[in-house]
Amino acid sequence: MPAFLERLFTNYYETAAMILFGIGFTTLLMHRNLLKKIIGLNFMDSGLYLFLAAKGYIAGRLAPIITDGNTDPSRYVNPIPTGLVLTGIVVSVSVTAFLLALTCRLYDRFHTLDIDEITHLARKERD
Amino acid sequence: MRSDGFLARLVSFVESGSFREEDYTLSPAQKDTLDTDIPENRWLHSVQHAEKPVGARLMSWFSQKGFELFRDLYRIASVFICVTLIGVLLSVVSFLPAFGSAENPAVNEVVERYVSKSIEETGATNAVAGMISAYRGFDTLGEAHVLFVAACSVIVLLRVDPSERKRGKLLDPDRVGGDMDYEPNSDLILRKAAKILVPLAFIFGLYVILNGTSSPGGGFSGGAIMGAGLILNSVAFGFKRTERFFGDEMYHAVKTACLTVYALLMAYFIYMGANGWDDHVWLGIPGGIVSGGLILPINIAVGFEVACTMYCFYALFRKGGL
Amino acid sequence: MELVQNFPFITIVFSLTCGVFCAVLKGKKARGLCLVWLTLTTLMSFSVLLYTLKTGEYYIYRMGKWNAPWGNEIRVGVLEALMATAFSGVMLLSLLGGMHHIFADCEPEKTNLYFTMCSLLMSSLFALIYTNDLFTAYVFVEINTIASCALVMLKSSAKTLVATTRYLIMSLLGSGLFLLGIVILYGITGELLMPSIAEKVRTIFATGEYSLPLTVIIGLFSVGLAVKSALFPFHSWLPDAHGSATASSSAILSGLVLKGYIIVLIKIFYRVFGLEIIVSEQVSWFLFVFGALAMILGSVGALRERDLKRMLAYSSVAQVGYIYLGLGLHSELGVTAACVQILVHAITKPMLFIAAGGFMDVSGGHKSMDAIAGAGRRDPLGGLAFTVGALSMIGIPFFAGFVTKLELTAGALESGTVTTVMALIAIAVSTLLNALYYVPVIFNLFSAREQAEYKGLRVRYRADYAFATVAFVLLNIGFGAFSEYVVGAVRQGLALFGM
Repeated sequence: MPAFLERLFTNYYETAAMILFGIGFTTLLMHRNLLKKIIGLNFMDSGLYLFLAAKGYIAGRLAPIITDGNTDPSRYVNPIPTGLVLTGIVVSVSVTAFLLALTCRLYDRFHTLDIDEITHLARKERD
Repeated sequence: MRSDGFLARLVSFVESGSFREEDYTLSPAQKDTLDTDIPENRWLHSVQHAEKPVGARLMSWFSQKGFELFRDLYRIASVFICVTLIGVLLSVVSFLPAFGSAENPAVNEVVERYVSKSIEETGATNAVAGMISAYRGFDTLGEAHVLFVAACSVIVLLRVDPSERKRGKLLDPDRVGGDMDYEPNSDLILRKAAKILVPLAFIFGLYVILNGTSSPGGGFSGGAIMGAGLILNSVAFGFKRTERFFGDEMYHAVKTACLTVYALLMAYFIYMGANGWDDHVWLGIPGGIVSGGLILPINIAVGFEVACTMYCFYALFRKGGL
Repeated sequence: MELVQNFPFITIVFSLTCGVFCAVLKGKKARGLCLVWLTLTTLMSFSVLLYTLKTGEYYIYRMGKWNAPWGNEIRVGVLEALMATAFSGVMLLSLLGGMHHIFADCEPEKTNLYFTMCSLLMSSLFALIYTNDLFTAYVFVEINTIASCALVMLKSSAKTLVATTRYLIMSLLGSGLFLLGIVILYGITGELLMPSIAEKVRTIFATGEYSLPLTVIIGLFSVGLAVKSALFPFHSWLPDAHGSATASSSAILSGLVLKGYIIVLIKIFYRVFGLEIIVSEQVSWFLFVFGALAMILGSVGALRERDLKRMLAYSSVAQVGYIYLGLGLHSELGVTAACVQILVHAITKPMLFIAAGGFMDVSGGHKSMDAIAGAGRRDPLGGLAFTVGALSMIGIPFFAGFVTKLELTAGALESGTVTTVMALIAIAVSTLLNALYYVPVIFNLFSAREQAEYKGLRVRYRADYAFATVAFVLLNIGFGAFSEYVVGAVRQGLALFGM
């Protein structure tokens, strides 16, 4: 067990990222308030980006922007996770906007943010 | 008085994968529609109307208790799922290579080439820009279209036709709040600050876009900054002032032009590259503004697309149209 | 490099551009552009199919100047080209068959966005079929998710809004798990390209260093994509979404969108991890059990439904179960059966949904069983299409659905004793249940007990609807009649697939 904890503390960024992901995932899955679901979604995505960013980091190295003509790969951190995080952020923004717009419409229609109640009320609607 | 039986609720839970709370807070209008509506579920219907003195009341008491128990179980279950998921993921983390170490498997020949050949092959001193726009340009093309498809979806959901908006007609006749039509009286402090900040935001956004190949930044970040400038402009000076130079048609024109240019550039680049032909693109001077070959025009196209999409999101949420 | 070899890339990139243009055109023009482009993509994919069949091998197309681990690449083989041809053809026919519904259900000034979504969806499906890179797959999975949710909600009603929300939330949970899987896999292998990952995974597996992370990664991929493709315990969003959307959307969603995710899963299983690891991790066993449960419980769900479109949606749950059952047999025959089922379901279910849309036209817009009584008499073409589709779903010989059941049985007989018995029981029970809910609907469609208000209504056929139904019927019967060619192509494709 101490070995397990020690490894968790060595990878403290990843540990925090996974806890964030777990909290976000559960909120998105189980919470009934739509806004909190959206917050959960953003938690989940943040956890993922933190994890990716931690994967790219190498202690004591520079950001991969070559300003002095020195292209020795062992001077710079890994650029790939940075690019992936950028892509992920754009996806997350898009999806959040979409879900928020849906939430607006649903609130206008049903005057509540509770997804179960909304589902129940919608069942009574005719097409 | 609405009291669905516990069983009926359980059935509806099993069918829909969700359940609802006992206590409604409904507007009177909604109550009317609910009471006159005939539920689709016949069982639910029969249970609803089987409100008989002793036995039924006992049943409803039991179902009430049972339902509360069920709700508690749901909460416990969610905590349980959360803890289990985190536990599994943490045990995975404990196996992963150590944080910050250079012996990480992720540091391999791909990374080496991205860093060491980026200037030579893409002309970008920013290896991240070289990677996302040139080496893995196809992913980024998809990414720009994710933003586009989300903008289209939000338009579908929230856009109200301008002529109808003038007549006060909205998407849902019974919407509450209706702050879409409410334009705040512009605040003096905000106006004065915006007079300075809006041009600054535009210039800074452009700077970030143009220098994307040689410093941190690029189309997405610069575009977001310019979008913020547009939003600030319309918050401070009102929608009319923004509509004068950035309306519906402008938005569509910019978006279509940017995405088309981007796709065409990328298609040209991929087509030439895949067939092994030289694409005759001048890579420019590494470190200068004109560098990175196709990355610069791509960054500009993406930047303007992102800027107008960000503003489009704001305008749609705020007033239901550009 | 020959011109034909460029077609896959052209179909992906210019479908995106076609979508962008559709967003600024008016409804009718957007329709024209989208239909012309879909016809072109079908032809292009078909010529790629002919080319790959002729050469008999796959080719790598690099997306840019740099070779694979540095740049992106796509990989084109017989199976990919076959899927692409079938998918774009079915997309075209589904749009044609439900065209008047699209114009009736969408708000007039937003109709063009329907075609935008279709083009983007098509592009993402092409990309998912051809891609050889996990992160590209993730980006296009997201386009697929958003576009398909938008297709549901473009028919503006309270029900579709709620269905879209639930669909989107479930899809996002799935994408989150999928991305987490990619990220952890990147953490332990450092690669995103499928063959490179496969190489590293094999050495990792041999040393046993990362055995727990590997298991968790496979679990994350399986659950994430199973949620998105509505495998049995995660199917609760499907009937609402597919049942309430407009006819074309239902057809596209259940015929194509679900399959896109399954193709990604097949790629991950057989191109990234390989059969050996999948078998030793016991994943296939879970897929097998849940597939079998889906086949039976999905059919039970359909049996209880009194709403035609929701019944068809539950039937999709069962049919997805067939695919997972095939994958769960963890043999080449099983995967062949799964791929055949992907094609069969892609050409059959859209036909049923389009026919259901036609019945709603002649039944005052209602879709309950009582309202559509006798609708097959009022709309004979739709009745014919529905009958053919239903018989195919039940698995009557000479129709497409029979081929799947044949292949699946062959795969089941080859596997171990327990799985053989279980698979055969599942197939038999599911077939029986299919017959139990489809045959009464057919009788109902042609019964004389029509509701008085719709009696004597005669449909005035629109060219697009008539063309789509006839084409679907011919396609289905053709598939059944020339099944050996299709199955042969699938086998050849799988041999090239990198198993």
